[in-house]
Amino acid sequence: MTERFSRDRIIGILVLLPSIILVGIFVYGFIVTTIYISMTDSNTVQQLSGTQPNFIGFQNYTTLFTATVDAGRFRTDLVNNVFFTILFIIACLVIGIGLAILLDQKIKGESLFRTIFLFPMALSFVVTGVVWRWLFNPTSGLNALPTAVGLPAFQFDWFISQDQWLKFNWQSLPTIIAIILLGVVIFFALYFWSHKRSQLAAFVTGIAILLLASLALDIPSRFNGLRNPEAKGFNLALLAVVVAAAWQMSGYTMAMYLAGLRGISDDLREAARVDGATEFGVYRYVVFPLLQPITLSAIIILGHISLKIFDLVFVMGGGNNIQIDMPGINMFFTTYRGGQTAIGAAIAVIMLLMVAVVIVPYLWSSLRSEVQH
Amino acid sequence: MSNRKFYALLLIASLLLVLGIASVATAQEDLSGDLEIFSWWTGGGEAAGLEALIARFNEMYPNVNIINAAVAGGSGVNARAVLTTRMLGGDPPDVFQVHAGEELNAVWVAAGRMQPLNDIYEANGWLEQFPQGLLDLISDDAGNIYSVPVNIHRSNVLWYVPANLEEWGVTVPETWDEFINTTCPTLQAAGVTPISIGENWTQVQLWENIAVATLGVEGYNGLWDGTTSWVSPEVTSTFETLGQVMDCANEDMNSLSWQDASQRVANGEAAFNLMGDWAAGYFLVDLALEPNVGFGWATTPGTAGTFVMLSDTFGLPIGAPNEANARAWLNFVGTAEAQDIFNPLKGSLPANTTASIGDTSLYNAYFQSAYEDWTSNDIVGSLAHGAVSPPAFLNGFASLISAFQTDRDAASAGANAGALALQVGMVSPQ
Repeated sequence: MTERFSRDRIIGILVLLPSIILVGIFVYGFIVTTIYISMTDSNTVQQLSGTQPNFIGFQNYTTLFTATVDAGRFRTDLVNNVFFTILFIIACLVIGIGLAILLDQKIKGESLFRTIFLFPMALSFVVTGVVWRWLFNPTSGLNALPTAVGLPAFQFDWFISQDQWLKFNWQSLPTIIAIILLGVVIFFALYFWSHKRSQLAAFVTGIAILLLASLALDIPSRFNGLRNPEAKGFNLALLAVVVAAAWQMSGYTMAMYLAGLRGISDDLREAARVDGATEFGVYRYVVFPLLQPITLSAIIILGHISLKIFDLVFVMGGGNNIQIDMPGINMFFTTYRGGQTAIGAAIAVIMLLMVAVVIVPYLWSSLRSEVQH
Repeated sequence: MSNRKFYALLLIASLLLVLGIASVATAQEDLSGDLEIFSWWTGGGEAAGLEALIARFNEMYPNVNIINAAVAGGSGVNARAVLTTRMLGGDPPDVFQVHAGEELNAVWVAAGRMQPLNDIYEANGWLEQFPQGLLDLISDDAGNIYSVPVNIHRSNVLWYVPANLEEWGVTVPETWDEFINTTCPTLQAAGVTPISIGENWTQVQLWENIAVATLGVEGYNGLWDGTTSWVSPEVTSTFETLGQVMDCANEDMNSLSWQDASQRVANGEAAFNLMGDWAAGYFLVDLALEPNVGFGWATTPGTAGTFVMLSDTFGLPIGAPNEANARAWLNFVGTAEAQDIFNPLKGSLPANTTASIGDTSLYNAYFQSAYEDWTSNDIVGSLAHGAVSPPAFLNGFASLISAFQTDRDAASAGANAGALALQVGMVSPQ
């Protein structure tokens, strides 16, 4: 009992108090305010004239997912953002680990190369955006590069390309998600069966059967609010943004992996080699598994950058290029150009949820492991 | 001999008169303190024009310390975001720039944040000096006037290089049909881009020009008050035409600023460019071209006799910290003198009809011809520049045009715009 109110403890709490209060107000308080605003009909004119907004529940969210007034811009943003996030993370991880392995070969001038690869991260996304906007200019820039040696110019339109791959109808999205879920669930079911964890396996198999049944009865397709088909897909213009973003951030993943590689003791590698592992085998069975926590951290950090991305796309696309539009840009325009604060707040809340999906499990697991230690 | 003497006397007399007026002007009540002027004029001729206005104002009121609070970027989007935040936070500037029309009325006036300026208009006799159509755009139904216009721009102008058109064997198209069916194929066969288009807002501007041409003045105005149906076949056809014109345009439109697009015409890569008349300043000053020689102009197809206008104005917010200085500024910028200082630099028409528009050393050949149209044509407001719709509509419409560029679905573009007009409360449900 005396321990609980020891002097150290009280001082500790007192020292923490200011930041707890500040974070409480300026982070969590404002998150709650934003969520509240997103459930009203608040707009600029209302705020300026001092009239109270009306509470309208989830109507703004319904608008975002069903209204066609801006040609489903928000839904396009979501699709763009998902494709961008996946490609951006894969590109950064692959390039990052590639560079890290190369730098780890105890080469000469390693620190020079490390600095060079890390440099892009020191730039702001705005600068990256301007530079790559010039490089990707369809009539000059990279496209004109082959003409320097007499070859015909590239024809790809980069960030203003109108081409779309993997076209799908937004209305069938629930069905698509159900099929993807089914694939994941079946994978886990097989995994658990093969590892003789029959309880879990039975549980997962049950879910799989439920999903199959709902697909057979065409239940997911009832979960869309759109009356007319709406074409979505992977806009090739996003490739330009992915290249620019990966150019900036892969040096950072490289640094993370490099730190991880340095943390793996040579004894382990030696032991593997003594056991007859090939160089590839050393990486496959020793190095990569040990790097897993780093990969997870990198995915979290890159993921929250790409889900919230604004500046890079704003600079490259000028803000109104739907092909590479992102939720953050839509939020800015809806709130400040359109003055529809409540709808902007709804977009912000959805972005928060998306980031939470990535970050909360990570925080949870790291918190739990801290407690265990 | 006596003649010469007479002129000399007249000259001296007029000089004395000017000096007298000037001394009267400088002897006005001695104001002091700050004056914060909020705008998005940060570059080129418009910044130069604002600087010149400030310099002259400083001569008149040497004790007033002017704070030029200009916010750059996004054709005013960023500035309006900052302005909204400041107004909400109870920190309004003394005067701020706002487009005449709904950008002023649907936001600031509707929220009751503006001061009526009728006394300034009456004291200066401006009610007779500013065109009635323009005053209507900055007044409420009760007749309160809320801002002072400093300029007039026209957004329905087609720019070209006369010698190039002759070389390629085309003339300026009278209608969009002519452009699509005759002009465009001829130019494409010659390997020239028929029309150069820039980023999103220039595409909205292109649509608005097509809409004026297709629907006529009454039909176009009806879009904003609900008397023209967005799902009518005529409106659908405006989007169809837009698609056909886009087919005649450069493919990299989304990567071009308006200057880039205009420059393609000057460079001979494209035949026509549709742009507001700020392009005249660009051709004249930045590219150093002669009016009627290096560059030519015409009204956009089908809009002869119509003047699609936008106007920059200054308004006085309630709670302006230095209201006396702000009123002095507003009293100044509406005068013919101020408009003759600002507009030649900005490259726009004076809004005050007593300005020296006839002075060819101030206003070049383009503005002479534009002013004639301004005083004789039907006037409609520009959508792309905030005159006819609330900002929420323009914001959604910009997304619609961007989506239309890919899907080319004219019918749903019209239907979506109609739903948007309902959603933002621009028209009421039938």
